[in-house]
Amino acid sequence: MLKSKAGGFIFQLIAFMLAMVFVSLILLAVGASPLDAYKNMLTGSVGSMRKFAEVLVSFVPLLLVTAGLLITFSAGLWNIGVEGQIVLGAIGSVWVLRQFVDSSLPPALIITLSILGGMVAGAVWASFAGMLKTFGGVNEIFGGLGLNFVSTALTLYLIFGPWKREGVASMSGTEPFPDVFSLPQIPDLRISPYALAIALVAVLIVYFILQGTYFGLKIKAVGKNIRAAYLLGIPTWQYSLYSFLICGALAGVAGALQVTAVYHRLIPSISSGYGYLGLMVAMLVNYQAVWAVPVALLFAALNIGSIQLPIVMKLDSSLSGVLQGVLVLFVLLTEGVRQKFVKKV
Amino acid sequence: MNQETLLVGLAGVLAAAAPIIFAVVGETLSERAGVINLSMNGTILLTAMSGFAVAYTTDSIFLGFLAGMLIGALVALVVAFASITLKQSQVAIGFVLALTCRDLAYFLGNPFMGVSGPRLQAMPISGLNDIPVLGPLFFRQEMSTYISYLAIFLAWLWIYRTRPGLMLQGIGEKPAAAYIRGANVNLMRYVYTVIGGALIGLAGPTYSLGVRAGWMGTISGLDGIGWIALSITIFGGWNPARAAFGAYLFAFLQWLGLVLQPVLTQVPSQVLQVAPFPLMILTLLLVNIGNTEWVDRTLAAMPESARKFTAKVLRAMRASPPAALGVPFERD
Repeated sequence: MLKSKAGGFIFQLIAFMLAMVFVSLILLAVGASPLDAYKNMLTGSVGSMRKFAEVLVSFVPLLLVTAGLLITFSAGLWNIGVEGQIVLGAIGSVWVLRQFVDSSLPPALIITLSILGGMVAGAVWASFAGMLKTFGGVNEIFGGLGLNFVSTALTLYLIFGPWKREGVASMSGTEPFPDVFSLPQIPDLRISPYALAIALVAVLIVYFILQGTYFGLKIKAVGKNIRAAYLLGIPTWQYSLYSFLICGALAGVAGALQVTAVYHRLIPSISSGYGYLGLMVAMLVNYQAVWAVPVALLFAALNIGSIQLPIVMKLDSSLSGVLQGVLVLFVLLTEGVRQKFVKKV
Repeated sequence: MNQETLLVGLAGVLAAAAPIIFAVVGETLSERAGVINLSMNGTILLTAMSGFAVAYTTDSIFLGFLAGMLIGALVALVVAFASITLKQSQVAIGFVLALTCRDLAYFLGNPFMGVSGPRLQAMPISGLNDIPVLGPLFFRQEMSTYISYLAIFLAWLWIYRTRPGLMLQGIGEKPAAAYIRGANVNLMRYVYTVIGGALIGLAGPTYSLGVRAGWMGTISGLDGIGWIALSITIFGGWNPARAAFGAYLFAFLQWLGLVLQPVLTQVPSQVLQVAPFPLMILTLLLVNIGNTEWVDRTLAAMPESARKFTAKVLRAMRASPPAALGVPFERD
């Protein structure tokens, strides 16, 4: 057992090195120095407290989404619609804020309601993909993708239609809410400790559900072998739906936190691709909740670190996406090689 | 709207559908053989960028398209290798490639953003382009559009009217049976995935050297098209002709959105642009719902006359994926 784990680790190390070599070659091909690029990404992410706070801002939604996806992956589902579930979470939370913006309720209560609103909206949106899957026979990948496009359309419709800014509507989003409706932040830094705490608690809960509950065991049974689970008496379609609901709720919280802790309004790209990135993190950690925290942190650091690149080196910031993608790609490939050629290490 | 502008508009729909047709026909071939190439969205962006970059640097549109096909084939080869040889999840590898190729396109395409380069010119087919209505509609198009007509027809012919095409259906439906009949299942899967990938690789240059000439990075508006093409492939029920119909329908709806915009001023233009998607979900639902168990049960409980009618309607819309889609083939 221990031996096979060590073997797996060696292969992951090889994958990591191959990914670095591949990306370095790409950098050399465009005439840039790989060392400079990596150095810039490092200083751009952990070079100062302020930058590290930015990394944490990006870490929060990524971790929440990854936590949710660990559940759907455990149930054998590819919840690609998670991107739209983040968006709906943001819309739900903005909707709640709009209802209470002129009320005399304490802001802390309103913010809490707003996050809960996002949670519900995300779960409802996820249930659409879930019902399309369980009752309509529509593969969750395609249902989810379609719903992602619809959620984008809904955002744009709201920004340019009913929730239009005073005067002229624009891609910059809806009118920002007053400061009292923001989650409190650490002075001088953009990170809200509450948002960070919510994300960490979420991943702990998911870890607990999957490792320590009968419910989690049933979800995993559905994911491993749906037919066998059915024959064992597990109502499989219900458990598929539950996992969609949990993932959607967590993605919804991510969206709500993007509103209450980061943007304070609805913007067109509110989900910022965190859903797709979360899918990659979940794959990279091989669906193990324990690893979700460090890997999500690494991916967030790459995201923030790459913001430096266009300014300092005139390189496109999509390099972080390339690095993340190539890393997952090589992990998948070396895992395949290990299974094929190094049987039972 | 007079007849002339209508014809020009509809001819534009045919041209706009051409890249989607390459993508759906390529994907159909690949999925018929049992391999889902989920990387399509990234492949289209990467080939659009590289096709344009190659055509721009070599000043040869032909080389641009060739580069697109090669890169599309190469990405498909990675999918095939990971899924057929290494037996990893096709969905996982395809999804990762979809994101990676997209970001790679943005990263490498940076120097080519916004530069003006070569593009395809309309090539009226003499003799045919003067036919009233049909001429301006079909025969005053760019080369890539003509090839897209051909791709639909040839793919359909190949799958349904030739022996190797029959074998292709076999390796996607019952690989074990095809193997007994002498087919090298895994080799054929490699071949069809790579050919399908090359076709998908034509889609990118068709955009960047024709329909939407140039490379504009993240604002090219191409991100998402691969995912749409993927749903159209399913809508098409793995039949190239039906998939092509889906592609034309999609392009038509997008055009309709543009045309209706001045009329429906209270609806933001961005909403009209995405109007086809809810429709897409609905069609996916209609295509798939006939395959579910509860529908079978409900049908069985219906009175005779209603059942016959409903079953007929469902069967007409229904499409089942190749039975071995996504399932690795083991010889023993």
